Amino acid sequence: MSTRTFLVHGLVAGLLAGLAAFVVAYTVGEPQVDRAIALEEAAGATATDGHGHAHDHDDASAGHSHGEDAAVSRTTQSTLGLATGTLAIGVVLGGLTGLLAALGLGRLGGLRPAGSTALVALLGAVSFSVVPFLKYPATPPAVGSGETIDSRTAVYFGFLAVSVAAVVLAVALARRVARQWGGVPGVLAGVAAYVVAVAVAAVAFPKVDELGDFPAGILWDFRVASLLTLLAMWAVIGAVLTLLVDRAWQRHSAVQARRELAASL
Amino acid sequence: MAHAISSPTPISGTGPAPSDLAIPIRELTPWLVLGALLAMSVLVLISSVQGAITIPEGTAIHEWVHDGRHLLGFPCH
Ligand SMILES: [Zn+2]
Repeated sequence: MSTRTFLVHGLVAGLLAGLAAFVVAYTVGEPQVDRAIALEEAAGATATDGHGHAHDHDDASAGHSHGEDAAVSRTTQSTLGLATGTLAIGVVLGGLTGLLAALGLGRLGGLRPAGSTALVALLGAVSFSVVPFLKYPATPPAVGSGETIDSRTAVYFGFLAVSVAAVVLAVALARRVARQWGGVPGVLAGVAAYVVAVAVAAVAFPKVDELGDFPAGILWDFRVASLLTLLAMWAVIGAVLTLLVDRAWQRHSAVQARRELAASL
Repeated sequence: MAHAISSPTPISGTGPAPSDLAIPIRELTPWLVLGALLAMSVLVLISSVQGAITIPEGTAIHEWVHDGRHLLGFPCH
């Protein structure tokens, strides 16, 4: 079982995950995006561009305006554009999860390859998507001011980085404790360390509240759709990668067994 | 050798211990570095917000992946 095996399996899993995320996002999420954009245009601040991307302020960065050209139609944004986004993120996250599963192979207690791979995918889902979502939940179009987009992007990725770094350090701590005191204390120490780290970060990072009077019903539906999209992506990455790794391991073990048998003759 | 796996013999519990399978860190590091850098580049492209960090200038990529950015939870508006 080589690094290459894990990377290829991860890329395959990520491609399928991107497709699954697209299906969920298109069926569950797009209706909410359309409703939000309809509201945005009804509010009519500067929304005359027809592609639903009118920011309240076009002056946030010089030489860049959404109001002047409808470069990409709404239909394209909600189909090919959406698929591009989910596939790109899916493949990248799948490939990286595959490489991290290669790192986790044989290093996560007594877990066999399928188990360690599934655990890596679970930790990826929690640290990369679920926890950042809890602190900075997804927002539909029409929410948020163009003036604060740079700082909101910075705090979002800052928090994401803290969460991912915390989970890596928590796993290192768990392995250390497990070597000394056993598996259960190790797992508990790792979980506790991660929870404390992200709780402190969540308190320390600034709050973003720019919802204004956006309708709560649409907001809820949009956020549920967004979370479902992310969960679909991670579920497929985890399931497909685990299955492929397990199959590779079965083959590897069979080859090993035959070699040992041949050597013993 | 790998082609000779036709034996239906079930794998008994005597296979290699999980820790025997660990891939050396030295071998993994370059892959992980490249993977992390690629992942960050894609994140920057997808989430390139107001054009300040968009590499091909203009708003084409920004607009193209607009819905994915919202539904995948990245900041946009
Ligand atoms: Zn937007």
